[in-house]
Amino acid sequence: MKIVVLVKHVPDAQFDRHLSGEGHTTDRDESILSELDEYALEAALQLAEARGGAKAGNKVIALSMGPAGAVNAIKKSLQIGATEGVHLTDGALAGSDAAATSLALAAAVRHLGADTPVDLVLTGMASTDGETSLVPAQLAERLGLPQVTFASSLEVDGGRVTARRDADTHSETVEASLPAVVSVTDQINEPRYPNFKGIIAAKRKSITTLSLADIGVASSQVGHTGSWTRVTAAEERPPRTAGTIITDEGDAGIQLVDFLAAQKLL
Amino acid sequence: MANVLVFIDNPGQALKKSSLELLTIARSLGETAVAVNGELSDDVAGTLGAYGAAAVFRPSAADLDDYLVAPKAAFLAAVADKAGATTVLLENSPEGKEIAARLGIRLSAGVITDVVAVDADGTAHKSVLAGSYTTTAKATTPVTVLSVKANTVEPQPATAPGAPETLTVDVPAEATAAAARITSREQKVASGRPDLTDARIVVAGGRGLDGDFGPVEELADALGAAVGASRAATDAGWISHDAQVGQTGKTVSPQLYISAGISGAIQQKAGMQTAKVIVAVNKDAESPVFEIADFGIVGDLFQVLPQATEEIKKRKA
Ligand SMILES: Cc1cc2nc3c(=O)[nH]c(=O)nc-3n(C[C@H](O)[C@H](O)[C@H](O)COP(=O)(O)OP(=O)(O)OC[C@H]3O[C@@H](n4cnc5c(N)ncnc54)[C@H](O)[C@@H]3O)c2cc1C
Repeated sequence: MKIVVLVKHVPDAQFDRHLSGEGHTTDRDESILSELDEYALEAALQLAEARGGAKAGNKVIALSMGPAGAVNAIKKSLQIGATEGVHLTDGALAGSDAAATSLALAAAVRHLGADTPVDLVLTGMASTDGETSLVPAQLAERLGLPQVTFASSLEVDGGRVTARRDADTHSETVEASLPAVVSVTDQINEPRYPNFKGIIAAKRKSITTLSLADIGVASSQVGHTGSWTRVTAAEERPPRTAGTIITDEGDAGIQLVDFLAAQKLL
Repeated sequence: MANVLVFIDNPGQALKKSSLELLTIARSLGETAVAVNGELSDDVAGTLGAYGAAAVFRPSAADLDDYLVAPKAAFLAAVADKAGATTVLLENSPEGKEIAARLGIRLSAGVITDVVAVDADGTAHKSVLAGSYTTTAKATTPVTVLSVKANTVEPQPATAPGAPETLTVDVPAEATAAAARITSREQKVASGRPDLTDARIVVAGGRGLDGDFGPVEELADALGAAVGASRAATDAGWISHDAQVGQTGKTVSPQLYISAGISGAIQQKAGMQTAKVIVAVNKDAESPVFEIADFGIVGDLFQVLPQATEEIKKRKA
């Protein structure tokens, strides 16, 4: 099986995150592999392992689109167990919205499927920076593939993918034929950590760099010019500050109700 | 005047408040048409008229619910063309956002999600990076697709109600070909409590509950609140995953969020820090949740919550 996993290099949410520049884009200094993509990578590795792993010709390709630093997300994916890495990078991509991102990623997936077709594109349920969940659906639409989103379990058998999804009022089972685009939630598995062996092995794995020219995309189709939305203003919210803190001396429940009454919340 | 299209999926016997909100916003942007999937009762049709809808479009196929989003997006794209819509409004549920996503590609239209307000010129306002920034964004394309969060405006019927004409639009034949099919669906039991995403008050519990959600549920019921949870609590199986608030759960912006036995990890805060008032009960004074609480109680939730519940009942009696 040939699986492409989309991995994004995102600002670490443990630190303050900032928007800057004309396009109000996120600063990417303190960036990491998006935690939510680790679940997609784990799902891909499990599918490949169940079929005999890399030795049996199963490929798990970690694909990241982003500036130079994004290669770190790919390196980490290789340490965790991906078989190869692909870095789509080009100055013109900066500032791409979901529509432009999905256009570039669709072209990259087509490029990767040129020799042997891609069976599955796996993604996290959302990026931890943009948080829109738009890209998996837009990628599926652009590639003309079925999308199976928010999968909390996943099985692939006989050219079909079956997944469980959990919505508010119901849960459901969905089925699609391969190739398909599948996004997974953090309920699907426990992602593994890179171990020593994996870190050593990763050094021998190849990372291919692709430019827009390689995938046949014009620079005007992506970045700020190719995007269909524009952020016109961004304002940092004043951080929340701590209010009154009391220690319970037997009547904190009553004080809580007094507070709610004073705030007209009862 | 601009043409605005509102998508309402399976309205049932009465329109939800969030649908009425979309219709109210639509009127402020232009002339409103509505696309409805599923049954359209007379009552609902009447309400659509009362909210100013000039036309109601329905799909030629009745099986759109058997597939994941793709055919709904294809239907909506066909309606948008027919209605000459320049703005399409959808609800901000996971499904609504995905329909918006695919619709955007079909219409070559910019998509903006998580919208909390829309200006008359289509400029959208939202909050990003876990509530740490507010941004305004605008589509640069002739058509704009917006998914709008619930509880952003007060629903207002039109001053001059209309009697909308109903039209059927063909769902493109290829729409189901490459769509994932839903093979089974299990309904969940309704809790009878308000819906978490648009509740005015949320009482949430975490690992500190040690398996017993009783104190949280009783306080929630005394306040007429929804029950939320941290991931530690849902992972432990103490409560269903739907109750999870946070980065990979629900985002809530209630008037009041009471956090009990939750440490306040960044992923939990991401889901609740736009709450108007935050109350935290935690026995560890060093818990990060106290950094954002308007009223914090360092104490045992098994003492504090039942006492508060009793006091509320007494005052309400
Ligand atoms: C990719 C990813 C996504 C995530 N998404 C989410 C998400 O959406 N939502 C979410 O919540 N988490 C999420 N998490 C998990 C998050 O990082 C924390 O692990 C989780 O929120 C911790 O839950 P908790 O606060 O209930 O548990 P803990 O951190 O264990 O805190 C329990 C608290 O209870 C207090 N306590 C114990 N007993 C009592 C008592 N008797 N009275 C009062 N206080 C008591 C303790 O002092 C402690 O502060 C995510 C993590 C990752 C990696």
